[in-house]
Amino acid sequence: MTATTVAPPATQTVRTADPSKARLRAWATRAPLLPALIFMIVVTQLPFVATVVISFFDWNSLYPKARHFTGVDNYKDVLTDADLRHSVWTTVLLTVTVVLVSLVLGLLLALLLDRRFKGRGVVRTLLIAPFLVVPVAAALLWKHVLYNPEYGLLNGLLHYVGGPQPDWISNTPLLAVEASLVWQWTPFMMLILLAGLQSRDQQQMEAARVDGASDWQIFRYLTLPHLRRYLELGALLGSIYIVQNFDAVFTITSGGLGTANLPYTVYQSFYQAHENGLASAAGVLVVIGSIIIATFALRVVSSLFREEVGRA
Amino acid sequence: MSTIAVKRKGLGLGLVAWLLGIVFFLPIAWMALTSFHSETDAATNPPSFGAALTLDGYREFFGTGGGASPWPALINSTVASLASTLFVLLLALPAAYALSIRPVRKWTDVLFFFLSTKMLPVVAGLLPIYLFAKNTDMLDNIWLLVILYTSMNLPIAVWMMQSFLAEVPVAVIEAARVDGARLPTILARVVAPIALPGIAATALICFIFSWNELLFARVLTGVVAETAPVFLTGFITSQGLFLAKVCAASLVISLPVLAAGFAAQDKLVQGLSLGAVK
Repeated sequence: MTATTVAPPATQTVRTADPSKARLRAWATRAPLLPALIFMIVVTQLPFVATVVISFFDWNSLYPKARHFTGVDNYKDVLTDADLRHSVWTTVLLTVTVVLVSLVLGLLLALLLDRRFKGRGVVRTLLIAPFLVVPVAAALLWKHVLYNPEYGLLNGLLHYVGGPQPDWISNTPLLAVEASLVWQWTPFMMLILLAGLQSRDQQQMEAARVDGASDWQIFRYLTLPHLRRYLELGALLGSIYIVQNFDAVFTITSGGLGTANLPYTVYQSFYQAHENGLASAAGVLVVIGSIIIATFALRVVSSLFREEVGRA
Repeated sequence: MSTIAVKRKGLGLGLVAWLLGIVFFLPIAWMALTSFHSETDAATNPPSFGAALTLDGYREFFGTGGGASPWPALINSTVASLASTLFVLLLALPAAYALSIRPVRKWTDVLFFFLSTKMLPVVAGLLPIYLFAKNTDMLDNIWLLVILYTSMNLPIAVWMMQSFLAEVPVAVIEAARVDGARLPTILARVVAPIALPGIAATALICFIFSWNELLFARVLTGVVAETAPVFLTGFITSQGLFLAKVCAASLVISLPVLAAGFAAQDKLVQGLSLGAVK
């Protein structure tokens, strides 16, 4: 990167009236920021611009000579494509379900772990483990070791109680993917919410208890409002990662049985169908959707952030 | 409530916590146990808890059983994760300095720009990156992954480090400057001691995300630069006969992340929440 040639930050803080020196100082303050900024623009923004350009071409990579400009045809195709519309719906459903369920479960676990009991550290370590398994490995674990209808652990345990022996992935494919993701993301939510619980004002809680507030009242009127920003942060960060989930869909169902989400669909249309133009148009639509979510999400973070700055 | 009732309730909730902890850990424990079973014992219903233990699954995985060796993939993952983590630190540290200790004007806007790139889905740039790599002979090259992983983790790292560096009191820096200390001294003596644990947490999280990444690696590597997660995808369609091997492979490849994560649980929380949760 060319950015490595910029000057090191100036250490002088002498005030000067000379405008050219002031400009120099402004650049010296900015300089440390530039390498990271330029790197991000080159590696993430430029490819996206290229994606936008490609999306206006009819371009199958198996027939490169037939490439030509088609205007918005790809977008029309994408928007009228039933599979793609379905994958939009799948993405929304998958993200919302996984984020909400893992938040609720995470809250429950955080509340339990916030109390003192024997072996709390061990339980916490056991609970974090699912988040630390490599995502592909976790997906393989669910697909082969837990869900398999013939020798999977789930049916093995059901066997003991004489229960049915369902084929989990074929019967409820999306639910199967969601369950594995909830298992992976609940620990993450728990960790953030536990940090939130432990930053509560203990004196205030004690005062409420002395005044005769019940556990539920303390939870409803003190804990929950305090946790709000932590819940928002967990939901935001979880959504960023789960909306883009590829590993679980790719591994557990290979996008089959109606579980293809947008990242998988885009991957498939250029990697397997070689439809560069269509894939790009789909990619651009994913981004437009993300921008809508992101504007909302960034507002949430910035409110969190303002509190943070305000405290300092 | 009487003290005894309170104690009993506490005990009961402790037991519930233990139970849920075990339920969440059960799949991993079962995976570990299965990895030490023979393939025939692994693929039974009902499950065989007491079957004889063997290292066959691990032998198979490490290629002494005739399969492809996982070592190149493990080495690639190590190189990609360590090198990209190093680059992230080199780029993020000065940036975080410019955003917290001597903040540039409109520094919050810059910070939000970084986070917004994280919301740009990976698939939105994948095709041009693929075409670029193909035309410049960078396909199946581990250094392409290093660059992409750096861009993947840089926004998170800038956010985290910004919040860690912001903890360094400006008054102390000013005092050191008045005493005649120059920038390198201030960085080494004042900033580093306070910021180092945060920097370590940032590095850890970048390492974990790079180690785990699948989509870029799957599309942009082939034989030579294959990473550990891509190696694992070879098991997606494997049938029951290889269950012990699948478990051994999954465990071995998850081990670096599990070890690092357990060792730094608290830092992990702070890092994963972009430093916003203290």
